[in-house]
Amino acid sequence: MKKIKWLVPTVYIIFLMLPIYWLLNMSFKTTTEIINVYSLWPKDFTLENYVTIFTDSTWYMGYVNSITYTVFNTLISVSAALPAAYAFSRYKFLGDKHLFFWLLTNRMAPPAVFALPFFQFYSSVNLFDTHIAIALSHCLFNIPLAVWILEGFMSAVPKELDETAYVDGYSFGRFFFKIFIPTIAAGIGITMFFCFMFSWVELLLAKTLTATVAKPIAAIMTRTSSTSGYELGLLAAAGSLTIIPGAVVIYFVRNYIAKGFAMGRV
Amino acid sequence: MNKTLNQRAWLFVIPVFVLVAFNAAVPLMTVVNYSFQETFGSNVFAWEGTRWFKEILHSERFHASLGRQVIFTFIILLIQLPLGIGIALTMPKKGWGVPVCLILMSMPLLIPWNVVGAMWNIFALPDIGFLGNSLNSLGFDYNFTQQSGDAWFTTILMDVWHWTSLVVLLSYAGLNSIQPAYYQAAEIDGASRWDIFRYIELPKMKKVLTLAILLRFMDSFMIYTEPFVLTGGGPGNATNFLSLDLVKMALGQFDLGPAAAMSLIYFLIVLLICWIFYTIMMKDEGRT
Repeated sequence: MKKIKWLVPTVYIIFLMLPIYWLLNMSFKTTTEIINVYSLWPKDFTLENYVTIFTDSTWYMGYVNSITYTVFNTLISVSAALPAAYAFSRYKFLGDKHLFFWLLTNRMAPPAVFALPFFQFYSSVNLFDTHIAIALSHCLFNIPLAVWILEGFMSAVPKELDETAYVDGYSFGRFFFKIFIPTIAAGIGITMFFCFMFSWVELLLAKTLTATVAKPIAAIMTRTSSTSGYELGLLAAAGSLTIIPGAVVIYFVRNYIAKGFAMGRV
Repeated sequence: MNKTLNQRAWLFVIPVFVLVAFNAAVPLMTVVNYSFQETFGSNVFAWEGTRWFKEILHSERFHASLGRQVIFTFIILLIQLPLGIGIALTMPKKGWGVPVCLILMSMPLLIPWNVVGAMWNIFALPDIGFLGNSLNSLGFDYNFTQQSGDAWFTTILMDVWHWTSLVVLLSYAGLNSIQPAYYQAAEIDGASRWDIFRYIELPKMKKVLTLAILLRFMDSFMIYTEPFVLTGGGPGNATNFLSLDLVKMALGQFDLGPAAAMSLIYFLIVLLICWIFYTIMMKDEGRT
């Protein structure tokens, strides 16, 4: 039993890495090689696909756009969710349970449903094709999730902490920023990770709300299909690059994730 | 925890309320508005009452795509939950293995959804993809662009690849919150491995599993981008799930009225199932 225990995660990780490896493999091939030769590694190694992306501003600006609205969204979601989650975890108030469930219902609306109305709505308030429009629209599903996760972490902190601080003469603001936020730092780290993740991977709304200026990389990738078929090499290279920001974020929050998971409240 | 009654807590909730309502209320009302009308283009509308709702509820097309969606979500939950819990149970609890597992397992979650679709498309192509090529050289007649069974298999495998890690991460968090004292007590009582799982680990994971089931249910029921890129709903209508069908109707045929009515029915189905599940889980919580 002990011996085979490591086997399960290992096999699972290999399964996860296979398609990613295949994408990387293709990104170092030319499109002709991809179509004509089947090989487990690039025979005719080339960086041409990556060079195309990094020298063409319509390509690399896509990454800048995506990162911009994702960061905006993470900041808005977490800072709005912090006080709300505190209220839900500490107080009873009129309609609290209904409000909490109502928040969750917004996570349940299929984005496909909202695509067209969102387009009309954001056009009418003159925010169409801006980063802030996507950041705001992603609040629809990120804020409910952020409130839910943060509420879990905050409920795990004993209420005595608040009371002791007030007895010691702390004002609410000073207590919240100086004591409470550092206590749940790991929880905030995890929440930011989830918000970043869901905003980074979402495409339908981001694509609907942009035309040129704020167009996300995932939407720019559709350019690789043309009348002469797909430029598979370029597509693979662009796809491989979208993995990097996520990997960087995981690297930075890995300690928070481990710690937050040790607190055991997600 | 006993909470104090404080109506001023509403002040803390206002920013969240405004941001979400701003995004939810106006578009939702637009959809409701469309669902009762017929559009003739250039902003001419005519009142249609509940005609679209009646049509959708009786349409074979809707029943077929809803049926496919329900089967898909059911299979997904059936595979991902036990698999995710199983992997979380076998993951290392300390040492260098923890960050390695967490980082590598989170990777699929952080890849944009259309990249996931594109990636699986080139991974599964029967001639140049690793999966398709390997299966064919092993003697299987595999082609997901032609055979509906293969298309289902590929879509499900893709979703398992994409989302099982979420269940793993959440279950792992739940498992980590269990105090060692529980295990020691179980050992003294001579509990079997199954007993430990059934009476200690599973109840302790209840809260995170509720979240995992809700998230997996919602997201798999609303799946759009990945199958759109992978199969485009084909071959034929084999993997034409509810959201794919909806977008085809709304944007492809520009039937705003029926599409809006279908959106609302769709939303209400998700809402109803989540509400039932949430109420059951929370009721149990209150009792124990």
